[in-house]
Amino acid sequence: MPYEAVIGLEVHVQIKTRSKIFTRVAAGYGQPENTLTDPVVLALPGSLPVMNKAALDAIIKAGLLLGCEIAPVCKWDRKNYFYPDSPKNYQISQYDQPICLGGHVEIELPGPARNVMGEHKRIPLTRIHLEEDVGKLNHFATDSLVDYNRAGTPLMEIVSEPALHTAEEAFAYLTSLRATMIYGGISDCDMEKGQLRCDANISIRPVGAATLGTKVELKNLNSISYVRDGIAHEIKRQLGVLERGGTIVQETRDYDGLTGTSQSLRSKEMAHDYRYFPDPDLMPVQVDEGWKQRLRAECPELPFDKQRRFLEQYQLPYTLTSVLVWDRALADYFEAAVASADTSQAQAVGNWIVNDLLRELGSAKLQLAETKVKPAQLAALVKLVESGTLRTNTAKEVFVEMFASGEAPDAIATRRGLNSAPTDAGELEQWCRDAIAGNPKALAEFNAGKDSAINAFKGPVMKAAKGKADPKLVDATLRRLLATM
Amino acid sequence: MSELVFQTITELSGRLATGEISSAELTRTFIARTKSLDQRVHAFNSFDAGDALAQAVASDERRAAGQSRGPLDGIPVGLKDVIAVTGQPLTASSRMLANFVSPYDATVTARLKQAGAVLWGRLNCDEFAMGSSTENSAFGPAANPWDLARVPGGSSGGSAAAVAAGEAVATLGSDTGGSIRQPAALCGVVGLKPTYGLVSRYGLVAFASSLDQIGPMTRTVEDAAIMLGAIAGHDENDSTSYRSQIPDYRAELKRRPGPWRIGLPREYFGEGLDPEIGAAVEQAVAFYRAQGCEVKPVSLPHTPYCLDTYYIIATAEASSNLARFDGVRYGHRSKDAKDAVDLYFKSRSEGFGPEVKRRIILGTYVLSSGYYDAFYLRAQKVRTLIRRDFLKAYEEVDALLTPTSPVPAFKLGEKSDPLALYLCDIYTIGVNLAGLPAISVPCGFTRAGLPIGLQLIGQPFQEADLLALAHVYERAHDWCRRRPAFAAVASSG
Amino acid sequence: MSSAPDLNLDHVAHLARLTLTAEERAQFAQQLGDVLHHIEQLSKVDVTGIEPTAHAFPIVNVWAEDIPRPGLPVEAALRNAPAQRDHMVAVPKVVD
Repeated sequence: MPYEAVIGLEVHVQIKTRSKIFTRVAAGYGQPENTLTDPVVLALPGSLPVMNKAALDAIIKAGLLLGCEIAPVCKWDRKNYFYPDSPKNYQISQYDQPICLGGHVEIELPGPARNVMGEHKRIPLTRIHLEEDVGKLNHFATDSLVDYNRAGTPLMEIVSEPALHTAEEAFAYLTSLRATMIYGGISDCDMEKGQLRCDANISIRPVGAATLGTKVELKNLNSISYVRDGIAHEIKRQLGVLERGGTIVQETRDYDGLTGTSQSLRSKEMAHDYRYFPDPDLMPVQVDEGWKQRLRAECPELPFDKQRRFLEQYQLPYTLTSVLVWDRALADYFEAAVASADTSQAQAVGNWIVNDLLRELGSAKLQLAETKVKPAQLAALVKLVESGTLRTNTAKEVFVEMFASGEAPDAIATRRGLNSAPTDAGELEQWCRDAIAGNPKALAEFNAGKDSAINAFKGPVMKAAKGKADPKLVDATLRRLLATM
Repeated sequence: MSELVFQTITELSGRLATGEISSAELTRTFIARTKSLDQRVHAFNSFDAGDALAQAVASDERRAAGQSRGPLDGIPVGLKDVIAVTGQPLTASSRMLANFVSPYDATVTARLKQAGAVLWGRLNCDEFAMGSSTENSAFGPAANPWDLARVPGGSSGGSAAAVAAGEAVATLGSDTGGSIRQPAALCGVVGLKPTYGLVSRYGLVAFASSLDQIGPMTRTVEDAAIMLGAIAGHDENDSTSYRSQIPDYRAELKRRPGPWRIGLPREYFGEGLDPEIGAAVEQAVAFYRAQGCEVKPVSLPHTPYCLDTYYIIATAEASSNLARFDGVRYGHRSKDAKDAVDLYFKSRSEGFGPEVKRRIILGTYVLSSGYYDAFYLRAQKVRTLIRRDFLKAYEEVDALLTPTSPVPAFKLGEKSDPLALYLCDIYTIGVNLAGLPAISVPCGFTRAGLPIGLQLIGQPFQEADLLALAHVYERAHDWCRRRPAFAAVASSG
Repeated sequence: MSSAPDLNLDHVAHLARLTLTAEERAQFAQQLGDVLHHIEQLSKVDVTGIEPTAHAFPIVNVWAEDIPRPGLPVEAALRNAPAQRDHMVAVPKVVD
């Protein structure tokens, strides 16, 4: 019997705010243990929560970017459970009135070839709500140590419908979601820092079945490739169980990305009973049109929309767009450079960015924001090449120097005498005539229809020009002369 | 000077201003008196005499430099041991917090410090403010200064007893279902529960967040007005704090002469009301009538449901609020826990007393899966109806007049059944559910010499009117000048 | 009086992380039974169409701007900790 997998993802994204969600002590990562606490974070007796406006702005913005309906009123609930990383032993969350409802994440599946766009799908979302992060437990042989720095960091829980069917789709979903959050300035989504965390609910069922199979929750998918590998592994595991005539047990499994295996977490003695109730310490949030409008105005174009526009407006090849659009800063850099050049030079600009700029950044271990090469300077370089002033190989040398010093390309070329010779048309024409005359065999071949034979004349011309002739102009001059012979 | 410890804030601040006494002398007097008396009253869980004296000296220095901060500057004020003071114990009268020292100030604490008050002692109460007799204190019950064999009421029993016994000029209590007003009534002092949201709860150990309010316990209505003026007002650290203009409550006492339209909720004068209390309240009604007030019966038809609604909402919130007491970051930690889960069970079972456990269990139950709608959600809806009853009554009257407690102070150990104790709150809890302000003022004594309290209930954020209404009554009576015999003997001896 | 038939005391105590002694168990069952019996009368109230009250006074959008303030120094944060090591709160081993 053919089976299909049904996957729903619960993604937690830390919101990048300066202070915590319910108190104003600083939020942050990598600080010395327990230096980001106050009476509220530690849940000292008598402490009370106060909402952080920026966290609300961020989740509403996330909701707008993902096409969610923003609830006109939402409230805060307490989720009651005991755990040593939870200072109050309840988590302030949103239960039956989340701030964002519905919405979707657009994904692209791998295409038939690397340079061909794959199929796009919209994965529907159930909801997004806001809650507080917990502290961090460090386990040792005989005890555990708790650091509360992370406790109270604003956290969004983004819940998808069970609408994904393969590990590839899940991978594409996370890639797209992550880029959207980074684009919106909502989170840095660094999975190593725990800024994005993913749990997956996975079940399998016979293809065409209307009901869902027994679901298994997979935890600890703490890198995007672990998400893909872990889900693929779990689907295979469940298929194996069914093939052996077994039944799937509802459980939570822990995926170990290093070994590529998973194991069942000891099930709780009793089912969870979170005893949700409205938090009496916090007032509801009312979102009006004006607030939404202000945030909508701050929403950036999303990567896939940008890609469609780049393909159309700049006629870029797909492969180039798929590098440019996933990094908002890179895409912005590209557009700034094109604005200084010409739309017809967009592809050249794109190539310079993707091939040369990214390579230099990579080897220098720098971020785009740190480069000394201004978009206008890159545009100037492209123009010098396109106009024939600089040969491509020379231009690459110029770029390396631009990258190192931040100097303008024409200044570098002039200083180093790299510009193509200011062409004396008469002199060039004479060199061309000499070259044709010096190679009758090539002339015969060219006349017989072998176009590439023209290259045999170029070497001597370049030699005569000491390498400074503009190759395009040489080619054009040779063709003009050959046509008359 | 012999009666220094029974003087009001108004009187003492006058004496401090003229230099007749210093804050240091005044504070020393209270320290000495408390040392000699409190073994019998047990109004205090602890006090820090050195710290209090240092505050008093600082006050005297301010005064000498012409920088006195007003009527509370230099006045010893006691705080219920559920209100945080930096560097001082904060026990909530629980074994759970027996060794806890607060690293921060409650907002009311900061405001009293700003007003120059000498923060004096940690006052006994029922554990986590759960109770009506202060018998639930893990450190032993407090006694009623009018009869040491009787309870001072609760949960702010220590706060009431300290004022009644002359161990503090004024105190702060907290009121979730009557915990300021009922002990005020039983100890013959003034107790004000402000409108929910008028006084910040930041730094108040939470019992039931949607009901808790901090308020003053004093000798006179005027003193309550002074204290309220110091602690009221919006606080950015409490999301439930209300943004309202804070009038000069003391000045307003004289600007609002009435007459008022006063309602007598008929549901508050029925079965279970001690006849002597009923008679005393009738006298107060007669007084207001004589003042030209229109007094008429009103109905709060959902009153019979107040107690149940209260015990569902208050315990539900408490079950969650008290989850943080787990022996991890602070508080009692069991010595023989084998793992983290075991730590919770052992620490909490050892750290909490029986009444706290009972309420946590009740609150956990009413929130648990399958019962939420039948209990908690229904109680929240009935709460809406209860609140509407009051607001409807206020279409006809300006204030409501009721007894504060159905019974006078009872004997220590007399009421062992929780339900019987819960019934002590029947006249006070509706006010918390509706979020209204209410004050208890002394209105007489039983034949046995036990104080009786009159409750006046005001409209939201109209504390100035409520205080003025109470002030008119108080000025025409001398109840607040009476001294418990024990205290009088103690002060002469 | 009566003990509430629905009240599974052991289950609820477990949720609340309380261990009851046999004596407490017997006492609470009876006392809470009385209270729950009293509470039963709430079911008589007609609450059709009535909104629940979660806050005494309904106000919305109470928040603060995202401007950090200093917190507690680590020594103050851990001052009341029953056990600590390496600037962290120590707890007996956490087993899931």
